[in-house]
Amino acid sequence: MKPNLIIGCGAIAQELVTIIKANGLQENLEVTALPAIWHNTPQKILPGLREKVTAAKASGKYQHIFIGYADCGTGGQLDRYIEDEGLQRIAGDHCYAFYAGQDRFAALFEEELGTFYLTDYLARHFERLIIQGYKLDTNPELLPMMFGHYTKLVYLAQVEDSELDRLARQAAEKLGGLSYERHLTGYGELGDFVREAAEASREL
Amino acid sequence: MSDEDEIILAELNDDELVQQMHDDLYEGLKEEVVEGVEILLDRGWTPYDVLTKALVAGMTIVGIDFRDGILYVPEVLMAANSMKAGMAVLKPLLAETGAPKVGSMVIGTVKGDIHDIGKNLVSMMMEGAGFEVYDIGINNPVENYLEALEEHKPEILGMSALLTTTMPYMKVVVDTLVEKGMRDDYIILVGGAPLNEEFAENVGADAYCRDAAVAVETAKEWVAKMHNRRASA
Repeated sequence: MKPNLIIGCGAIAQELVTIIKANGLQENLEVTALPAIWHNTPQKILPGLREKVTAAKASGKYQHIFIGYADCGTGGQLDRYIEDEGLQRIAGDHCYAFYAGQDRFAALFEEELGTFYLTDYLARHFERLIIQGYKLDTNPELLPMMFGHYTKLVYLAQVEDSELDRLARQAAEKLGGLSYERHLTGYGELGDFVREAAEASREL
Repeated sequence: MSDEDEIILAELNDDELVQQMHDDLYEGLKEEVVEGVEILLDRGWTPYDVLTKALVAGMTIVGIDFRDGILYVPEVLMAANSMKAGMAVLKPLLAETGAPKVGSMVIGTVKGDIHDIGKNLVSMMMEGAGFEVYDIGINNPVENYLEALEEHKPEILGMSALLTTTMPYMKVVVDTLVEKGMRDDYIILVGGAPLNEEFAENVGADAYCRDAAVAVETAKEWVAKMHNRRASA
């Protein structure tokens, strides 16, 4: 039986593989990832994804393809494509939402508008993705223009890791001394998404 | 770059200098842009010509390359900073020399949304194009829009949103204007990454502006139409 494939953002690839292994789903599901740096340039996501989906379909190796992206700043474009292709993606606007859970994330969002979110991946790669990615290292004058309205940083942790906690705290400092909160979310709705993707393959 | 390659702005003729200023704006070289502005003024250029031919034209190129995915947010912000620095030199002079006023606009990001990079670019480009801009900032409930419209009596209301969760609030604002019988007093322009023309139509706006340069062109067209309509009424 052919496996299913999740084509996902590089920022959740490690988590996808961890969930697949932890549930013994390696026979049912494979993962391929697109660059996590596209977090900064969401306009690159759809063309990159389209290419991957076309290649995966043409390979004939997979039963079903699942999309490991939320809306991710594509403003509904991703959904229009997914609908046209008859695919399925993980629910929500961002990875923050599916890690925290949609309701919990909505509550966090309501609680304080100017909140900047980090996940394990974003905490680990904050320097490269945010500081260097937005050229804040060479142009610190951009900081208030980009982050001037943020007041709080919430780190949504997938695993217990004191080093990531330290990095996330440091990130809050670097963004202009934001207040800091850490919430341990685990993998949240990403776990359900992976199990559903695996189930779809068993049904065939 | 060696000393030999260094470009001395003052040694360039007007056309070369304007071209170089477009390049410097593109690269976000604030000091060079300011120097270029001062040189053109010294050569007897009107502040309005410096603004439109050197700064606005240069920033328009930046806007097009942003739209086409050649430039990204940091580069655009650096260019905008350079343009702002150039405009700071020109602003007092423009006030003295009476540059043409095209119209006025109240602009703000909608309730629940703190994103303002796009809005700020639109404000700056609109100012550069001769509009009086009243920027009411971020996270605006409908009351803020109404108050600003009442106070400034602009031709245009601009609304911005970056989030799919906040963009529906634009309809709340438009519906309130309809209820109060004020809708037709204003040109309503909307913008923001997740929006499109269909959305603008659905919320009852007059037009969707995909970027700052389009916002300026759209604003000019609609203001001209409004003036023509009023003149023939």
